[in-house]
Amino acid sequence: MADAPRIGVYVCHCGANISATVDVAAVAADAESLPNVVAARHYTYMCSDAGLALVQADIRELGLNRVVVAACSPHLHEPTFRRALASAGLNPHLLQMANIREQDAWIHTDRESATRKACDLVRAAVHRVALHTPLDIRKAAVRPDVLVIGGGIAGMHAALTVANAGKHVYLVEREFSIGGQMARYDKTFPTLDCSLCIQAPKMTAVRTHENITLWTGSEVEEVYGHVGDYRARIRRRARYVDENLCVGCLQCVDACCYDGDLIPDAFNMGLSGRKPIYLPFAHAVPTVVAVDPGSCLNFTRGGCDRPCTDVCGRDALDFDQTPWVEEIEVGSIVVATGFEPFDARKATEYGYGIYPNVYTSMEVERLINASGPTAGEVILRDGTRPQAIGVIYCVGSRDERYNPWCSRVCCMTALKLSHLLCERTGAEVYNFYIDMRAAGKGQEEFYQRVLNDGVQFVRGKVAEVCDWALDPSEEGKLVIRVEDTMTGYVRRVPVDMVVLTVGMSPRSDSDELRRTLNVGCSGDGFYRERHAKLAPVGTLTDGIFIAGCCQGPKDISDSVSQAGSAAAEAIALSVKGSYDLDPITARVVAESCSGCRVCMPLCPFGAIGYAEPGGKCEINAALCTGCGACVAGCPSGAIRQGMFDDAQVFAELSGLLLGAGSGSSGSASGRVPPAVSLQPSAEATGSALR
Amino acid sequence: MTAVSSAAKRQPVPEGWTPRIVAFFCHWCAYSAADLAGVDRRTHCSDLRVIRVMCSGRVDPQFVLDAFAKGADGVLIGACHPGDCHYVDGNSKALRRFVLLRRTIEALGIEPERLRLEGISASEAERVRAVAEAMSERLRALGPLSRRAFVSSAETASDPNGEGAHG
Repeated sequence: MADAPRIGVYVCHCGANISATVDVAAVAADAESLPNVVAARHYTYMCSDAGLALVQADIRELGLNRVVVAACSPHLHEPTFRRALASAGLNPHLLQMANIREQDAWIHTDRESATRKACDLVRAAVHRVALHTPLDIRKAAVRPDVLVIGGGIAGMHAALTVANAGKHVYLVEREFSIGGQMARYDKTFPTLDCSLCIQAPKMTAVRTHENITLWTGSEVEEVYGHVGDYRARIRRRARYVDENLCVGCLQCVDACCYDGDLIPDAFNMGLSGRKPIYLPFAHAVPTVVAVDPGSCLNFTRGGCDRPCTDVCGRDALDFDQTPWVEEIEVGSIVVATGFEPFDARKATEYGYGIYPNVYTSMEVERLINASGPTAGEVILRDGTRPQAIGVIYCVGSRDERYNPWCSRVCCMTALKLSHLLCERTGAEVYNFYIDMRAAGKGQEEFYQRVLNDGVQFVRGKVAEVCDWALDPSEEGKLVIRVEDTMTGYVRRVPVDMVVLTVGMSPRSDSDELRRTLNVGCSGDGFYRERHAKLAPVGTLTDGIFIAGCCQGPKDISDSVSQAGSAAAEAIALSVKGSYDLDPITARVVAESCSGCRVCMPLCPFGAIGYAEPGGKCEINAALCTGCGACVAGCPSGAIRQGMFDDAQVFAELSGLLLGAGSGSSGSASGRVPPAVSLQPSAEATGSALR
Repeated sequence: MTAVSSAAKRQPVPEGWTPRIVAFFCHWCAYSAADLAGVDRRTHCSDLRVIRVMCSGRVDPQFVLDAFAKGADGVLIGACHPGDCHYVDGNSKALRRFVLLRRTIEALGIEPERLRLEGISASEAERVRAVAEAMSERLRALGPLSRRAFVSSAETASDPNGEGAHG
C-alpha cells in the first residue's frame, strides 16, 4: 500500500433517527481508538451540505485517505458520500458505510446493545476500508431506445413523453389494444370528464407517433443485460389478422359462421358476448380485429367455410400466422403493467357470483357506459331496472383477510358511480362506507356535491348481503345487513342492486415479470420503488423504472404524474448517453491462476475465457457483473474483486468480531494474501499512526 | 479431523451472554429485506451483524470458517429464493457450498445448526425478523461456541497452501 491509511469516521445522528437509540458520541469515541483512525466525529445530518463539508474539510486538512460513514443504508446515501469524496479529490471507492440506521437504530430499542452493535459495525468498516483501493469507474454506453411495458394510461403517457423527447420507444401491450383499465371507465372523478374523451386522443397519438413502435398482443418473455444495454425478447401472439391490412370494418365479424354460445367479452367484464373474431372494443387501437383460436371453428373443428376471408376486401386474414419473437436492444425500461381488480368472489359474504344482481364496480363502469353492453342503460341481469341500489365500499381493501391496504381510489369511484346511478336511474342510492377518504384535489368538493344529490350514506362495514326476507318489504330483494355506527343500530336495507367497490390487487402474474426484470416487490406484491421519496420511480435494478398501479394503488392523475417522472428518468439516461458502472468486477491474477478452469462454469454470464498459450483464465470486464461466484470458487484464490475482495471481507470479519469469543487468536483462513497480514491486528498500529 | 461430541464441548452459558451472529446478506434480496425491516421498524434482537455481499454465491466457505474462528457463535447466509437470483443461480451455488459446509463444520466439532442458509426476498422484512429471532433462540440454547477444539483441529487440518474447504 503506497500510503498508510488515514481514516476519518463520521457518525450520523440522522436527526434523532439514530441518536435516539444509539449513543452516537460513544460510537465516535470508540472509533477514535481504532487503528488508522485519524478523526472520528458525529454530526446531526451527515448527508447535509454541512455534514459533507465536514468530511471534505477533514480530507483536505487532515490528509484523510479513507472515510467511514456510519449512517443509513448504503442503498440510500452511498452515492451521496461517494460524490463528496470525489469532489474533495479522493477516489469515491475509498469509502465504506456502516448501516446503523435501518439495520440497527430502527430495529432495536435497547440503547446499550444498539450502541454496542453500532461500535461493532463501525469497527468492521474501519478494518475493511483500510484495504480499499482506488477504483476506476467504467463508463458504459447507454442505448437511446426505451422499452415501455404496458399500454394503459401510465404506459401510454410514459411512451409519449419519451417519444416527444425524440427518443425511440417500444411499447409492448399484452392485450390486442392499448387503453388498459381506463378504457373501461365511463367518467373520471372528480371532474366527471368522459374517460374515453381524455384517452382516445392519447391512444391515437401513440399509434401514429413516428418514434413509437407499438406491439399489441405481445409479452416480454426475457430480459437480460444491464442499465444502458438491455436486450429483450418480445413474444408476439398470433392474431391471425394482418395488422397492416385490416381497417376494422368488422364485415368479417358479421360474416363469421360460428354457431355456438357467444364467448364472454372480457372487456365488458363478461356482461356481453362476442364471436371468435372480434374487435377488442369499439375504440380499440389499433382498430384491428383478432381471432380467438380457442373458439374459432377453423381451429376447433379443423376448418370451416371461412366466410370471414371471403368478405374481407383487403385479404387481411391470415390463418397461417404463428407467434414470433422480436429481439430489441434498449437503454432503459419503464414498467407500467397496472393492477387487477380485487376478485369479489373471495368476499363470499357479499354474495358476488351467488346473487345475479350483485355487481362489481368494474362491471357497473361498463353498465353505465354509453359504449357498454346496454348502451348506458342500467338494466340488471334479470332484465329489471333497479329502484334501490346499495354501494358497498372497501371490498377487498382494508381487510386483514384479503388486502390490508387502502386502494385509494374506491371511495371516489363509489361516489362517482353513486352520482351516475342516481342520475341515470333515479333510484334511491345507499352508500355503506367505513371512512370517507376524499383526499385528492377537488375530491372533498365532489363528496360534498354527491351529498347534495340526496344519496344516502351509512357508516358501517357491511356484514352480509342476503336474500332472506324478514318482512314483505324485503321479498324478492337483496338485503344488506349492516351496523350503522352513526346511530348505533343494526340495519337491514333492502335493495335491487348491490355494487361492490372492489379494490386494487397486484396483477396475479406480476411475480413472473418481477423475476424476468429482477426488480423487487413490497410485502403487498406491488413492485417496490427504490426509495419512496428519493427514487419513487426507480427500482433496485438500475435503468428499470416503474409507473402507475403496478407500484401501488393510485388514481389516474397520480398514474400519469408518475409515468411522466419515469419517462424523465429514462430520457435522462438516454440523453446523457453513458452510465457509470460500479467497478465491482472480478479479475484474474495471472501469476496465481493454475488454469484449472473451475471458475468458468460458475460464471452465469460467460465472462470467463481461457487463454490457451499461457494456460490462464481471463475475465471479460464488459460481461462481468460482479457477483463474485468465481472469486468464491477459485481454489487458488487467484481472482480478485473490486470492493468485495477476499481480503476486504476477511478484514470486515476481523473488525466485526474483535474481542469476541475465547479462541479468536488466529485466522482460519490460510489463503489471505500476504498483504493482508499487514492488516492492523492490534491497537498498536493505530497508536503509532496517531 | 475428528468430530467432537457436542456434550464434550458444551460449556456453561455465562451470565448476560448473547450470541454473535454474522450474517452474509446478498445485496439484492436479503440485505434489502433487512433494510425494509428497519423501515417497517420490525424490532428484534440485536445479535445479528450483517456483512453485505453482492450475491450469496460470493460467500466463500472460508468466510464462514473464518467467522467461527474469530468468535461468531452462528453464521447466517441470506440469499434470494430459488429462481430469484439477480445473477441467475448464485443462490444455488451458495446452497451447494452450504450443504458441504454443514458437514465440514460438524466434523470440526461445530453444531451444524450454527450455520443457516435462508432464502429471504427483498419484500420479506418479517422473515428477517423471524429468522434472526429463531436463530438467536437456538444459539442461546446451544450456548457459546467453544473454539478450542475447532481452532486446534482446523490448524492440524489446514494445509499450508490454504486450499481447504471449497464447495
